[in-house]
Parts: sequence; C-alpha cells; structure tokens
Amino acid sequence: MVTIYIEGKAYKIKQGQNLLQACLGLGFDLPYFCWHPALGSVGACRQCAVKRFKDENDTRGEIVMACMTPADDGTRISINDPEAVQFRASVIEWLMINHPHDCPVCDEGGECHLQDMTVMTGHNYRHSRFPKRTHRNQDLGPFINHEMNRCIQCYRCVRFYRDYAGGSDLNALASHDHVYFGRFQSGPLESEFSGNLVEICPTGVFTDKSLKSHFTRKWDLQTAPSVCVHCGLGCNTIPGERYDELRRIRNRYHHQVNGYFLCDRGRYGYEFVNSTQRIRHPLRQAGSREEAKLMMETEALELAAAMLADPGKVIGIGSPRAFLESNFALRALVGPERFHAGLSDSDFKCLGTGCNILQRGPVPAATLQGVALADAAFVLGEDVTQTAPLMALNLRQMRYGKSVRIVSDFQVPEWHDAGVREIGQLQSPALFNATPYPTRLDDEAMRTVYAAPHDLVRLGFAVLAALDASVFPMPDVNDAMQALANEIAQALLKAERPLLVAGTGCGNPALIEAAANMAWYLGRKGSAAAFALCVPECNSLGLRLMGGLDLNSAFQAIDEGRADTVVILENDLYRRADAQAVDAMLQKARNIIVIDHQQTATSEKAHLVLPAATFAEATGTLINNEGRAQRGYAVMPPKGAVRAGWRWLQMLMKAAGHAGASSWLRLENLTADLVKDMPVFQPVAGLDPKPAMPTPGGKLPRQSHRYTGRTAMHADIDVSEPKPPADEDAPLAFSMEGYDGRPPAGLISRVWAPGWNSEQSLNKFQSEIGGPLRGGDPGRRLIEPPASDDIRYFAMPEQEILPGADEYLLVPIHHIFGSEELSMASPGVARQAPQPYLALRPEDAPVGDGEQVRLLVSGKSLVLPLKLLPGMPERTAGLPDGLPGVPKMVLPAVVKILGKGSIEK
Amino acid sequence: MEKPLTQNIRPDGTPLNLAEYEKAGGYQGLRKALTQLSPGEVTQLVLESNLRGRGGAGFPTGRKWSFVPMGDDVPQPKYLVINADEMEPATFKDRLLMEGDPHQLIEGIIIAAYAVQAGIAYIFLRRAYVTARQRLKQAIEEACAKGYLGRNILGSGFNLELYLHMSAGRYICGEETALLNALEGKRAIPRSKPPFPPVVGLWGKPTAFNNVETICNVPHIIRHGPVWFKDLSRVPDGGTKIYGASGKVRRPGAWELPMGVTIREILEEHAGGMQDGLTLRALLPGGASTDMLTAENLDIPMDFNSMQEAGSRLGTGTIVVIDDRTCIVGLLANLMQFFAQESCGWCTPCREGLAWLTKILNAMEQGRGKPEDIDHLRLHTRLITLGRTFCALAPGAMEPLQSALMYFEDDFKRHIHEKSCPWRDL
Amino acid sequence: MLSEQEKKEIEVVAGHYPIKRAAGIEALKIVQKHRGWISDEVLSHVADALEMSPTDLDAVATFYNFIFRRPVGRHVILVCNSVSCWIMGYDTIVSYLKDRLGIGFGETTGDGRFTLLPNVCLGACDRAPVMMIDDQLYVNLDAEKIDKILGSYD
Ligand SMILES: Cc1cc2nc3c(=O)[nH]c(=O)nc-3n(C[C@H](O)[C@H](O)[C@H](O)COP(=O)(O)O)c2cc1C
Ligand code: SF4
Ligand code: FES
Repeated sequence: MVTIYIEGKAYKIKQGQNLLQACLGLGFDLPYFCWHPALGSVGACRQCAVKRFKDENDTRGEIVMACMTPADDGTRISINDPEAVQFRASVIEWLMINHPHDCPVCDEGGECHLQDMTVMTGHNYRHSRFPKRTHRNQDLGPFINHEMNRCIQCYRCVRFYRDYAGGSDLNALASHDHVYFGRFQSGPLESEFSGNLVEICPTGVFTDKSLKSHFTRKWDLQTAPSVCVHCGLGCNTIPGERYDELRRIRNRYHHQVNGYFLCDRGRYGYEFVNSTQRIRHPLRQAGSREEAKLMMETEALELAAAMLADPGKVIGIGSPRAFLESNFALRALVGPERFHAGLSDSDFKCLGTGCNILQRGPVPAATLQGVALADAAFVLGEDVTQTAPLMALNLRQMRYGKSVRIVSDFQVPEWHDAGVREIGQLQSPALFNATPYPTRLDDEAMRTVYAAPHDLVRLGFAVLAALDASVFPMPDVNDAMQALANEIAQALLKAERPLLVAGTGCGNPALIEAAANMAWYLGRKGSAAAFALCVPECNSLGLRLMGGLDLNSAFQAIDEGRADTVVILENDLYRRADAQAVDAMLQKARNIIVIDHQQTATSEKAHLVLPAATFAEATGTLINNEGRAQRGYAVMPPKGAVRAGWRWLQMLMKAAGHAGASSWLRLENLTADLVKDMPVFQPVAGLDPKPAMPTPGGKLPRQSHRYTGRTAMHADIDVSEPKPPADEDAPLAFSMEGYDGRPPAGLISRVWAPGWNSEQSLNKFQSEIGGPLRGGDPGRRLIEPPASDDIRYFAMPEQEILPGADEYLLVPIHHIFGSEELSMASPGVARQAPQPYLALRPEDAPVGDGEQVRLLVSGKSLVLPLKLLPGMPERTAGLPDGLPGVPKMVLPAVVKILGKGSIEK
Repeated sequence: MEKPLTQNIRPDGTPLNLAEYEKAGGYQGLRKALTQLSPGEVTQLVLESNLRGRGGAGFPTGRKWSFVPMGDDVPQPKYLVINADEMEPATFKDRLLMEGDPHQLIEGIIIAAYAVQAGIAYIFLRRAYVTARQRLKQAIEEACAKGYLGRNILGSGFNLELYLHMSAGRYICGEETALLNALEGKRAIPRSKPPFPPVVGLWGKPTAFNNVETICNVPHIIRHGPVWFKDLSRVPDGGTKIYGASGKVRRPGAWELPMGVTIREILEEHAGGMQDGLTLRALLPGGASTDMLTAENLDIPMDFNSMQEAGSRLGTGTIVVIDDRTCIVGLLANLMQFFAQESCGWCTPCREGLAWLTKILNAMEQGRGKPEDIDHLRLHTRLITLGRTFCALAPGAMEPLQSALMYFEDDFKRHIHEKSCPWRDL
Repeated sequence: MLSEQEKKEIEVVAGHYPIKRAAGIEALKIVQKHRGWISDEVLSHVADALEMSPTDLDAVATFYNFIFRRPVGRHVILVCNSVSCWIMGYDTIVSYLKDRLGIGFGETTGDGRFTLLPNVCLGACDRAPVMMIDDQLYVNLDAEKIDKILGSYD
C-alpha cells in the first residue's frame, strides 16, 4: 500500500498503479479516452491531465497525464486545479472541432463515453468557426458499422484490434488531422473479436450493425444478466430486449471469465431468439411439419399424458444446450436409468474423460484469466480460436505477461502498454500449438505443428517422456517430433504457471489424457500448473456431470423395443449421430415428444412439439468448461405458450401423475431437489445473489430508470398500462420500478452511474480498476480438485485408426461461424460462415481447388467441393464440423476420396 | 581559426574519397580509439570535451552514451542510430557535412559505436538528400573494403555493420523515438519516455542516438583531446558550430565558427548584412521551432545557454532572417501550416490544435480574422507546452508564435482591423 | 506481380532488419522507383512478399509522404513551401509553375509529363527558392530558369 494525496487529502491505495487508475478506483471522476483497463496506457489523448506537486510546499506544480504517471508513495496531485481543469476542457474542445455533433442520429447516443466526458469537462461552446473535416466510411461486413466522422483518434480501436486481439486488417492510416481508422479496402473485418470495437470505441465510429437493424437506445432496452449459449466458456453477457425482440448482446464483465470482451459468435449469434424458425405453440404432428396442428396447452398436456402412460417405456434425451435445471427435470421425468445425455459419441467419451480429470485432480481447471497469465502453454489438438474463442484471445495475452516479467528488469510499469510492447516486440510467448490443421492462433505461437490426431497423441506422450523418462515410456516418434517434444518439455519445466489445453475438438480422449498427465506431473513438481478443457457447448460439462447414458443406448432401447416413447429436450439429434441411426429410431418410436425453441430436423419428425423458451426468456444455470455454475436470467417474459424447458417437463410430470414435480413451481424449488439428488451441484443452490437494498417484492428492475414509452408501447392493444408480468424464478422484475443503485455482482443488468452512461461506468462497479466486481465475481465453481499425491497417470492408448494405402483420415474442422447450431440463425453469422467443403493439402489433392470430390465413408458417399489447405497433414482430410449441408459423421474416420472422373461415373 | 568539421570541404563541394580523407589525417582518431582506448575511455574523453548535441536539444553527448548499459549480460545487439533527417525548416548544416566529407561522419560513427559497443548502426537519412545518399553509399563501400567496417575492425575484435536507411518523409521522423519507430518500419509515432532509448531503443534494445554534426566532432576530439576541443569555443560548451543564415541577406550560407559567436557577427560578417533597402525586423535563431528574436538581440552569443537566457533556443543554429517587407503573420501561417501538416496525429493538442491555429492564421492573413482570434492564438501558446503534448513538436510550433505575439501583436491587430494583409503589396 | 528484379531488391533490404516487415517502406520505395506509384494491387504484392497484411503496409505507406498512392506523371515536381523559400518568393514561383503547367497542386499535366506537389523544406535554404524534380535539385529559381528546366524534361 502507498499513500497519495488528492486535493491535499491522503488516500491509501494499492501499489503499482498509475494515477488515472488510482483516481478512478477512489471514485473520482477524471475524464479519459485512450486509456482502457485492459489495454493499459499510451498517453495519446491527453485528456486525463492533472496537476502534480513536488511536495506540500510546491504551489506551482506541473501538468502531467494521470494515465502515464505512476501513483508512487507520497504523490500529490490536484484534479480540481484551475489550470488542469482548463487544459482538460481544451482537450475536449480540440476533439470536438471536427466531431459532427450528430448525437440524435448516432447509435452511440445515450451510452457515449465522448458525451459523458464532454459533459464532465464542462465544454459546451464551439469556438472554432471553420469547416469540419469529413471522411468516407467503409463497409466492414455484417457486424460493424463504420462512421469515421465521429472519430476522436483515441487509437483504442487499433490497440484492441491489433495489439490485443492480433488482428491485422484494421489500422491507423494517414497522419496529422487526417488520421483514419479502417482497412486497406472495404470488406468484412477478419478478426473473430471485431464486435468488441463497439464497446472499445468511446464514440459512434464502430457501432453494432445487428442492433442497427432494430435500433433501440440503451435506456429503452430491457436487460438482465445472462450467460452466452454459443460455446462452452460461459462468457457473461447483457442481452437487451424491446418489443419482444432481442436487439443486441453486450459484454458483462467477469474478472475471471471473459473480462471486458466477447467473441463475435457470442455477440451476434442471438438472432435465433427472434427467428421465424421459432416454435411458438404446441404442435401435434403425424411425423412431419406439413401436417402440424396447433394445439391448446391443455390438449397438448392431455396428449402427452397419454403418450407417457407407461413410464417404463419412456426414455429421455437431454441436451448440452439446455439449462441444467431442464436436463434435471427430464431426468426426473424418465428416471436416471432411462436418461440419455444427448451427446455425440465422441463428445460423450471426451467429456467423460474431462469430467473425470477435473474431479480427480490435483490440478485445477484454468480460468480464462489464468490462461492469460500462463508463462508457457501447450495446446494439444484444439483449434481454440474456433471452439473456445475467448480462450484464444486470452492465450494471445501471454505475450504481454511475458513482457511484464521482462519489464521488471527495465523499470517499466505493467500498465505502460507501449513500453511493455516495445521491450517484448521480437519475442514470441512460450505458446506451442499442436493441431490437426493450420489455425488462427499460429501467428502468436513460438512453434506450431500440424499432425493427425493420433500423431498429436504421440507428441503429447513424447513430451511426457521428455519431462520424465522414468515415469513415462517414450512412444515411437521421429526425430523432428522428438526435438519438438524436448523443446516443449523444457519450456513447460521452466515455467512457473504452465498451462495445458486440450478439448473435444478432435474427438480423441487420449489428447485430453495426455494433457492432464502433463498438468498433473508439472503440478506435482511444484509449479502452479493448470489444465484448460475446451468443451463444445454452453452446458456440455453440466450435462456430462449429470451422468446419463450415451445416445447409442437410446437407439438400442427403441430398436429392441424396451422403450417406445422418447422425450427429446432442446436437441437436434441429426447433429449428434449418423442420420441413418437417428432415422431408424425416430421411425420406430411410437411417441416422440420434442421440447425445443427452434424447428429442427428432429422436431420435424416429432408427434408432439412443445415450445421451449430460449435463454432470453427463461432463467437457469449453465456449467462452463472450468466447472463454473453461472446463472443466466430471463431478459423478457416468454410469450403465449412458450415455457422454460423445465416448466414443460414439470407440467408433463404432473400430467403423467408423477408426485415429485408438483412442488416445482419456482426455479428455486427445483434446484433444491437438484442439489439434494446430485451433491456435485451443491453450489448451484446459492447462485442467486440477494439484493442488499429492500426493493418492491424483493426484486431489482430489468428496465432502466429512463425507460420510455411504457404506457404507450401497448396502446394499440389496450390503453391502460398492463401489469408487469410476474417472474417467479429471478430476483429481477420486468419493470422499471425499484432500486436502481448498485446491484450485487450477479444481478448487474446494466452498467450505469451518474455522469457515466457508457460501459466505462464499469469502473464504478469494480472493487479495483480492472479487478473483481464489488462483492465478488458471480458464479461458483463446482469442482476444486483435491490436493492429492496419488496420481494415476493415463497410459498411451494402443488402438489407432490409421488410413490404408488409398485412404485418408477424416478429421473435423471447426468454424466459429458455422459449426454452432443456434448462431447460424443470425444472418450476419451465416454470411461469415464458409460453404461446405472438403479440405486436403495440395500435395494430396486429386482435383483442383473448388472442384468436386466424392468421399466414401463406410459405404456411404458424399460430394463436396475441394478446398486446398496447405499445412494439412499428409493423408488427412478435413470436414467442417456442424456446418449446414455437411452431414454429421463419427470422426475421425477412414475415408476414400475420389476425384472428378469417378463422380461423373 | 580552426575549422575541424569543414576543413576538408572543398569550395565546389565534391567529397574526399577514402585515400584523400586518410591523407588529411582521416581515420587516425578511429585507430587511436580502437587500439589505445577502452570504450569507457572514449566516452570519458567525449564527456570531458563538453560536446553537446547539435540536433537541437543540446544534451551532453558523453552523458548520453554513459546511459547505454555495458557489459556481457546486457541485451544484444546494441544499436547506434544517426539522425540525418534534418527536416527542421531553414536547416541545411548536416547536408553540408555529409555531402562534403562523408568519411568524417563514418569515422565518427565507428568511434561512437565502439564507445557504446553497438554492433549495428543506421544512418537515418532524409529522402530529399539524394546527393548525400550517393556520397555516403560510396564512402561506406570504401570503408567496408578497407576494413573500417565489418568484422574485427583494425584487429581490435570490434565488429560493426553500418546501414544507410532512407526516410520516406515526415518531419516527425527527426524526433528520436519516432525515428526508432520509422526504422522498425512502423508509423513514425514518438514513444513515451521512460523507457529511454539508451536502455530500450531500437527493437527494444539499448540504442545510442546522435545527430550528424554531433558525431562529426567525435574523431577530432579523440585525435586532439578534450582540452583542444574546448579551446575552440568561446564559451564552456566545447567546439565549433556550423551556423547558417537564410532569408534576404546578401550572402546566405553556412559557416563553421567557434561556439558562441554573436548573431551580429554571423549576419554582418559572414552573411554580408541585409539586402539593399531592407532592414532586419526579426529572426528565428535556430530553425523554425525557436522563439523569434529582434534587432535588439543581435549581440547575444549563439550558444545553448545564452540563447536560453535571451528567451529562445540555439536549436540547429541556422538563422532565418525576417526583413521589414515580410509579413510576420503570413510567415507564422506558413510555419504553422508546416507543423500542423507534419504532426504525426497521435496526441490531441498537436493534431487538432495546430490545425485550428493554421486555419486562424490563414484567415487573418486573408483578411478574415476576428478580434477574438488573437486570444485563441495566445491561449494555445499557454496550453501547448512541453509535458502536455506527447513530444516536443507542438511546443516547438508555439515558440515562434508566442514570441511573435509578444513582439508584433500590432501586426496581428492590423490584419484584423484592415481586413487584409498590410504587407501584401509592399 | 512483382518483377524478379523488384523481388531481389526487396529481399536485400529486408535482410537489414531483424524482421521482414520492417523493410515495408524501403520495399515500397523500390517498387515506386520502378513504377512511379503504388497501386492497391502492387501494395498487396509487396505486403505478401514481406509477410504482412496489406492494411498494415498501407498504414505506413499513407503515413509517409514520399509514397505515392495515386498515379503521378513521368516527373514529380516538389516545390519547397517552407519558411526560407516562402520569404524568398515561393508564391511567385508557384503561381508561375501552375500557370505554365496548367495544373494545381496534386495534379498531373494532361500529357502525363509532370505532377506538381508542395514539399516541406528541401534543406537548401541558402539558395532559396528551390524545387526538386525527381532526384534533381534546382536552386535560386526564377521564371526564366523554370522555363529552361521544364524544357529539359520529356
Ligand atoms: C519534432 C522534432 C524534430 C526533430 N528533428 C531533428 C532532426 O531532423 N535532426 C536531428 O538531428 N535532430 C532532430 N530532433 C532532435 C532529436 O530528437 C534528438 O534530440 C537529436 O537528434 C539527438 O542528437 P544529439 O544529442 O546529437 O543532438 C528533432 C526533435 C523533434 C522534437
Ligand atoms: S492518454 Fe492518458 S492521457 Fe490520455 S487519456 Fe489517455 S488516458 Fe489519458
Ligand atoms: S525553406 Fe526552402 S529549402 Fe529551406
């Protein structure tokens, strides 16, 4: 702790900060633009000027930039000094010389940092009488709108996009007062993290294009704390709703998970909520959607009761994209012995291994924050950018961490962004990326290697042998692989915080086992080793922790006649298993009940379809890849017959005469039973924070205190203002009434503070700038592994699938845009997704780029255009995973690939 | 009067080749440094000579070198960068040295690199200096061939690679940290200090950094010693200085004179006084970014300290003479246009402030000035000062403006009241 | 596409720096020497050769003023517009040039012979006013001299 003096008063603060951080942390309002807690200081905008005095006798003082000045012990400053005040007002005046003052038509209006800072400095009269500079805008693709005239040249966009996120297609162009932030030519931004520009830009240059299509001001959005459903990392989000439509997603700060950022899949994937493919009513179908009949809820429940009449013949198939509570309710309906997880075969196996490893320990699952702090990392088999995007963003920060350590030798503080980057600029972080094909993280890695999954397993075990030959036998590898293994082992041994990353991406559990072996070994040697598991979906880990049987056994149960009725929860089975197997089951089953929010190939074949709520309309719990239970709250009430999945299941249970379910009127009743039944989920019981302030009904408002049109928005239906819908499940109300001060960390529906309308008001919600939220970060980890010395290492598997002489090994290729089901309903995401293809290295290609090839997989055939992918391993072919138009296959698999001539035949 | 820097420069400006330079005593300083002195001793001699940087800021050269970390465990390679950008308007002294005696610079570079143990040196040369480039290139080739550059120079075990890097234009490249970014192939944005280049410089490695004229002094200091060097000067700052004059004097040019000669001596004895019918009204003593002085200041010695006491700076030591038929407001509009256009665009006061001032000055010059414009000009000179901007470019731009407002406020007022430039048709 | 000669020259300068991309400006100058200016297409090729993105290369190309991102004439006239030349009659020289060539700053003559550009101090202030055509400096300019100089270019 050090003492600094502001306006002559002493304050104790944490050491190692700059004055801007210190002032903001103490609650002072000091304006700034170029500084950002995640990006550090560069001193470009000159907005944060304060007066610094040498000692108590110094009355003259000098103007310094707070963001560039260390808050050393004894520092004396004044924020209110007239000269400092005047200089700050002048900086705003300069910035506004060319600003168009188009707030009324600007999407940023009402949450604009520039507006806030202009008001804060008191600048309100333009002295310049000269014409303004204007720029031409670029088309930056479906996600980001560009309006350069509003730019104040704070350089944050390029510092985030390039320095932080590793993008290379956005930069500062030209010089002096012509500086322009854009691309070489118009075109979609290439970074997976481009959407963060919307929040990084302090004014309206980069705004959310998806919001623009149904624009609403921040204060008119109904918002609630939520959790992203588009991958397994569980980034915290704030979705916004107006007129029953979801209009945008924003970051919700979580110190240990996503920090300040989201990926573009998470930010723009929300439009499935508004999709015309939504199921909105109970439907009775005779096996196809064409003959679907709308039903009343009571009719539907009667029909369901009849279908469920023989409990011994009913099986349930759960879902990794459904809330924990919904899966639990299904498990309760059908009984644990008839509950199937609804995962693909390889996910089922890989996740089983992953859960086992996390629970056995002794190495903890890495948080995303921990990933950024690693000083050596080995990614084994996972294309992290595509399967766990924010983890890739955090791996990119390893470079910074390494520089920080170098920096201690040069006396450059950690927040001095430019200095840190200059020192570290020619070094690569000790990041080793071993994947089945070239990935977007390769540019950041010290070494990359592309190999077939089974060869990656060997590499993993070769590293183990290089770590300690007395514990791990050396597998059979070539000299190059051996040398690489030695290098990786050396880097891991040297590191204080080594990180091992593996996941379900290759479908090979041995990769996860090899990574766990390394983490365990290093952890036992005394380093703070961590293990990061990449999982595909938002509740993959929660579902797998629940146990349940695999999908094949469900197919068997129907096939063998042990069951004749299947209840499918929020799951398209055609994305999980071979179409033939799914067809066979759906044909044979007498009763198929599907509870989902989207029409899918599976729902089409159901006999009864029940409309489920999306994450935006229901409250529930998701377990992320590190085993963190997080609660997402409904942003808007479900309309009509739409219900949370678990509510439908509760009603089905009641209709079918199950006793237990009658008490599940609220989410908390259900979670109480959940944790009783499965102790691993114990922390879920305490997830709802309690508001500190007494509020009407004990609830916090989802609408801001500036919410407009409440009495007019439904006037076409009824002129009297409707009673706000009740919400039994959340400590939040669909209303603007109530306490709008600082909520507990887990219930932050929006960030706002007096004078701070932009997301920069987050400073007021953190216990230290860039640190945890006040009151502690929300969510709870389910698994903290026991510190045990008794480690049973995994052995290298014997079996390998190897292609024969004229065959190829087919592996999945993941796409951030395309591989995930729900986000593809967003037109922008669909536009960024690739067309189906088959990837081969040029040396192996039977035909040219773009020409058709036919693949033969276990007797079936498929025709796709060829994509040449230099770097693909020899005799390995890649197939985009989950992409519409590409059928689900069990991968890796051995295939034959035929060229043009044989297709014509 | 000894003129070590220009003694070899021929009236027609053709350069000495290696043999001629050696015959004139060239490379003896290098020989001495490499064979008789340790790197530390070289730095010590330069320190004792009171050589101050000729790039404009006047920082003691020996001190600067002593900040470069020495020893086996410091980051490698270390660099030496020579600032040959010379883009300060009205400055043309480094050009004279590079075109007239390129080997002198190269010898200085090798000695300086030896002093800080730099393995790689770059000359950062402005694009417009085509002749200097050809001559330096030629001289570097000769020096390489002779073994003055490359590996194991003169059997001392010292290695040096020297590269000539041509700038692509922009005044800001002359600012040392912006120059480092330019050399790294980046946008020439200055860097914030600390960290300072001697510790964290080019590619994050320790980097010594000097102006051409500064370095050209080094061989002579090594050869003749610091006492001799100090004696060349009339003031405590050692050595001679290349002074220059441009504008409507009889004989514009550049001359090597003892440090500390008076302005009058330069203008009257060397530049031949004003052209017929003109009187001197003001002058910029050391380039565009120095405060104006007037006819009353002519007897001030042109050295770092005296100029500072007079309220200006020695800068580059090349004087712009402003006669009574030249409009001060027009001249400032020209200067401000230069600084605004050459702003790198990084920090707000410079990027936006200078552009605004340019518009105000141009409006005044065209008879569209408003009475409050003078307040805006004056306010900016108080707002834009060292420390408030990211680098010294914008504060430098304020120097001529603030002095003009002090000495010639009436000129500004007349432009506004008469709604046109009173000097237009003189 | 870049010519073999261009590629070779770029390779040589790239070797002067620890990473290739540092030679961005040098490489552009090499190509500009051969082609007069840098088109988008050429810029992309140079970026490829230096293993950097075209946007990153354009960020430096547009920062510096000797990289021409628009077509120029066979000869580029750079007229010094800085303070000493301004004192010594820059205005007259420029109006004369503009009249003679029939173009303004930033423009190219109809016959593609000359592009006229203003330029900051050319470092020949003792011989002001001055201009540079391509790599040749011309000093102590007046109308008569300008006529003769222009006449010597094809
Ligand atoms: C905007 C600006 C432009 C500069 N231009 C030059 C220049 O063209 N040549 C030069 O030698 N120094 C220039 N300098 C000064 C250098 O930053 C630096 O102080 C000097 O080159 C150091 O060398 P010295 O110690 O030998 O004087 C400039 C400084 C600023 C702020
Ligand atoms: S540079 Fe600093 S000085 Fe400017 S605001 Fe940015 S934060 Fe501050
Ligand atoms: S002012 Fe023109 S050459 Fe210097």
